[in-house]
Amino acid sequence: MLAVPGRHRSITLLIVTLVAQLLMLAVQVRRNTHVRLIRVWTVDSVTPFERGGTWIVRKVHGVFTGYVDLIHVHRDNLVLHDQLNQLELRNAALEGEAAEAQRLNGLLGFRTDHQEVPMLAARVIATSADTASHVVFINRGTRDGIKSNMAVILPDGVVGKIFEAYGSVSEVLLATDKDSGVGGLLEGTRTQGVVGGTGDPTLTMKYVSNDENVPIGQRVLTSGEDQIFPKDLPIGTVMQVKPGNPFKQIQVRPAARLDRLEEVLVLLTREEILPKAPPAQTVPVPHPATPAAAPPAKPSMPPVKPAGERGPSQ
Amino acid sequence: MSAPLTAEQNIEVFQFRAGSVVGVTALALLLQAFLPVYFPRMRMLDLPLLVTIYFGFSRRNPSTGLLMGATIGLIQDSLGRSPLGLFGIAKTLVGFLASSLGSRIDVENPISRFGLAVGFYLFHQAVYILTRRWLLAQPESILGAQLWIAAAVNGVLAVLIFPLLDHLRKPS
Repeated sequence: MLAVPGRHRSITLLIVTLVAQLLMLAVQVRRNTHVRLIRVWTVDSVTPFERGGTWIVRKVHGVFTGYVDLIHVHRDNLVLHDQLNQLELRNAALEGEAAEAQRLNGLLGFRTDHQEVPMLAARVIATSADTASHVVFINRGTRDGIKSNMAVILPDGVVGKIFEAYGSVSEVLLATDKDSGVGGLLEGTRTQGVVGGTGDPTLTMKYVSNDENVPIGQRVLTSGEDQIFPKDLPIGTVMQVKPGNPFKQIQVRPAARLDRLEEVLVLLTREEILPKAPPAQTVPVPHPATPAAAPPAKPSMPPVKPAGERGPSQ
Repeated sequence: MSAPLTAEQNIEVFQFRAGSVVGVTALALLLQAFLPVYFPRMRMLDLPLLVTIYFGFSRRNPSTGLLMGATIGLIQDSLGRSPLGLFGIAKTLVGFLASSLGSRIDVENPISRFGLAVGFYLFHQAVYILTRRWLLAQPESILGAQLWIAAAVNGVLAVLIFPLLDHLRKPS
């Protein structure tokens, strides 16, 4: 039995007696909820320890999940990063392929709509090393029937002309080059002029009188006078008009995106390209003449047939 | 050879005749239950409390005093509708304190007996009221004129009764 010092015996006995009577009260008394007071005391005395234990367990678990598990999370994160990078690369490649497919589809559609017009699809493989020149190289040459001064277009509009044809490649002079010139006319007034490059991404229409009314947004089409481009192909739209001396200064935005050329069409004919091709008519195509030459009075030569067509489907 | 006296045994002074403690306690409890039937104002008296105080003063043994107070309080609880332990806790504390003070101050003087009786009565009522409030959640008025009047009456009664109980002591 616990040895209690004599001077503390009465205190101990007092405490024991009081506690015993308190417990006796707690067993008898019911609070408003009809729960015995001793049950209330027991629950109230145990609950803080239970809450504390739960808090400790939660904290320990949180440390474990927040730290130890993070080791694996870091490793998984690295793996996921690699996968993401690979997927991004693949996505970029797929987007490029999709864009290419879309362009090619546009070209195919253009060709399908104008099956009677001989044309050849070509891919731009290089540009000029000289920044002052607006020249690109395509993967078609004389072996494919390409010749100088053949028109190069896109379904959106004029691109340029074949400047020089080699065996398997050709050099295309873009319409924006300073030495370029395309016979053009305003769609509304049919006012003729010459559309040339300035070395900038825009074009300029020359030889239009100051008296002519040139509204902004007016479409500029090929006139066919240069003996290179068929008539009524879109060149661009008027974006700025200023009076000049002696002619108006007209700035034209190109219809085709000349800064994003990837695939082009080379026209093997100078026949006028109509929206809906008429039934097969053997309209002779004149020899491609020098730019801005006098228009032929009457086409008399048979259509140009490219030698050994090969490459993407036409 | 008898065991050496403990510190508590050294201060014990008075002993009582055989059966007197039990008899007086029983009589006090009986009168406490009987008198208010015919004399309602007697309800303000607390005869078991006075007995606890007296025997606590006389025995001067805290252990004995608190056990006696606990016993008297529990019996008093048993005679009423209040839960067991309500008066028991209060009289346990009174018995302990009375026994502790009995060895330290003069408790034979009528004036000190009156003062101590009034003080212990107020202390007893305070413990009782607080116990009801905290444990039973039952509201009880803490202070009032009736409390002070009852304390004074019990003090006067103590001055009258304690000398009669002194005759039950064994000659030392």
